[in-house]
Amino acid sequence: MIGLPHYILLSAVIFSIGVYGVLTRRNAIAVLMSVELMLNAVNINFVAANKFMNDAAAVGQLFSVFIIVVAAAEIAVGLALVISIYQQRKSVDLNDFNLLKW
Amino acid sequence: MDISLLLTEIMVALLGLLVLVLGLALPARGKTVVNRFALLGMIAILAYSITAFSQKASFFNGVYQIDMFGSYFKLLFLSAGILVMLMAGKYISRFEEKSSEFYGLMILATLGMMLMSSAGEFITLYVGLELMTISFYILTAYLQNDKLSAEAGLKYLILGAVSSAILLFGISLVYAMTGTTMFTEIAAAFTMQPALLAGVVLIIAGFAFKISVVPFHMWTPDIYQGAPIPITTYLSVGSKAAGFAALVRVFMVAINGADASFDWSMLLAILAALTIIIGNLIALSQKDVKRLLAYSSIAQAGYILVGVVAANSFGLKGVLFYAMIYVFANTGAFAVATAVEVDTGKTGIEAFAGLSKRSPMLAAIMTICMLSLAGIPPMAGFAGKFYLFAGAVQNGYLWLAVIGLIMSMVSVYYYLGVSKAMYIGENENDSPVLTTGGSTVALWICVLATILLGVYPGPLSELAGYAIQILM
Repeated sequence: MIGLPHYILLSAVIFSIGVYGVLTRRNAIAVLMSVELMLNAVNINFVAANKFMNDAAAVGQLFSVFIIVVAAAEIAVGLALVISIYQQRKSVDLNDFNLLKW
Repeated sequence: MDISLLLTEIMVALLGLLVLVLGLALPARGKTVVNRFALLGMIAILAYSITAFSQKASFFNGVYQIDMFGSYFKLLFLSAGILVMLMAGKYISRFEEKSSEFYGLMILATLGMMLMSSAGEFITLYVGLELMTISFYILTAYLQNDKLSAEAGLKYLILGAVSSAILLFGISLVYAMTGTTMFTEIAAAFTMQPALLAGVVLIIAGFAFKISVVPFHMWTPDIYQGAPIPITTYLSVGSKAAGFAALVRVFMVAINGADASFDWSMLLAILAALTIIIGNLIALSQKDVKRLLAYSSIAQAGYILVGVVAANSFGLKGVLFYAMIYVFANTGAFAVATAVEVDTGKTGIEAFAGLSKRSPMLAAIMTICMLSLAGIPPMAGFAGKFYLFAGAVQNGYLWLAVIGLIMSMVSVYYYLGVSKAMYIGENENDSPVLTTGGSTVALWICVLATILLGVYPGPLSELAGYAIQILM
């Protein structure tokens, strides 16, 4: 029988893969994709928790819809920033963006 | 449910959209009119929100709370926004035809902060947070031809998105264990479970990033240095205060006192101590005033966190009081830095050399604001730190107050380093640094508020006392 802990475990694994991607990938687009992975892991959590904890009030599903919408806005801004920085430096490699350092 | 109680938020939303649309529709000459309109609109809304201060209501079964705690922070965000708009005057001309969008996005960021401070559950909190940060991503990268600005924008976006995801994962765990996102219901359903504990720790991590607490502070200096100075100012005073408003509400309503077996205040105390020590020590070696103020703002976040750790009436009053005076002291310092950057094009300490001979007024204001940040009496920073540390001592965190005091003394060194350059340093150029009317007004407001609130902190602290009543 698959219960809430299985879903939480799954989403924790996907979230960790996303974190790993953010930390290791050097391409700005790939990093943004890893962030999406993290957000989608959160969505799995919310929808599963909604089903098992409080089925009548669809708060969890509502939250995941909000997350999808806001993430779309975030990625739109993110890709715009990537394009504008690509036009300046002809690169989307994060290792090349090192003007700001302590 | 009386919609008129939401008038402040509705007006800010309308003003922001109106400024965005008018800025697009009008020709270049009309844009200055739009910019004036944005500023006047903000002042009008501030005046209205003062009259609406004591309103109290709960919307949509507690999803959105109108109370004095929220009203206090709304006053703070609006005054910060107005001061930043005033002092940005000359800097804005760099944006050429895009200046109206700059104002529009700033107003929308203010709206996001307001939603954060009044949210009664996590969805509203999240939407407000993202409205604020997405506006700030764009504003940080606003100098399109400037390499630093574009880089800062991209870095802020990536780190901000990761921190939001961490915060959300924490919220989802809390939701999975309690079955609700309402703060009051979470408090009722709170039981000691490992998953719930992990959720709370992740929420702390997410908030710690937003208020730049060590070890989640790495983004702050880079973004503060790269962003246009007015946005750096607004980030450091506005977005940080909004983070604290949300943090205080979440912890005091949802998590505090629900289960005494997990003492989260110890965790926050360690974070606060680390933040104060590391922020101040790294600031000692900075050669760029923007970067120095960035590290100083990390240290200041640590001081404010001391009040959240204390979580008693003194400490929380200190949080609100300090957040407000920090607006004035920090905006004053940044306004002088803006004037110097517009004049010289640089923000290194050497650009400030001999400022006392060029513009004695600016040098004096910078020194007063810096002394207030360092917490020297009779400036307002002293009164603020007194509340914060007194709260910590009352609650048994004497060691934290001692660390705070010692590090405040250390901070005097780098704050006065700037003053030393201004008063002793030499500069071949001895023409005065020009300021616009707007930034002169902003400077005077900042310096007068810093001194007056230091000499006579009574009224503001009384106001803060009313504001925290709903949390006690």
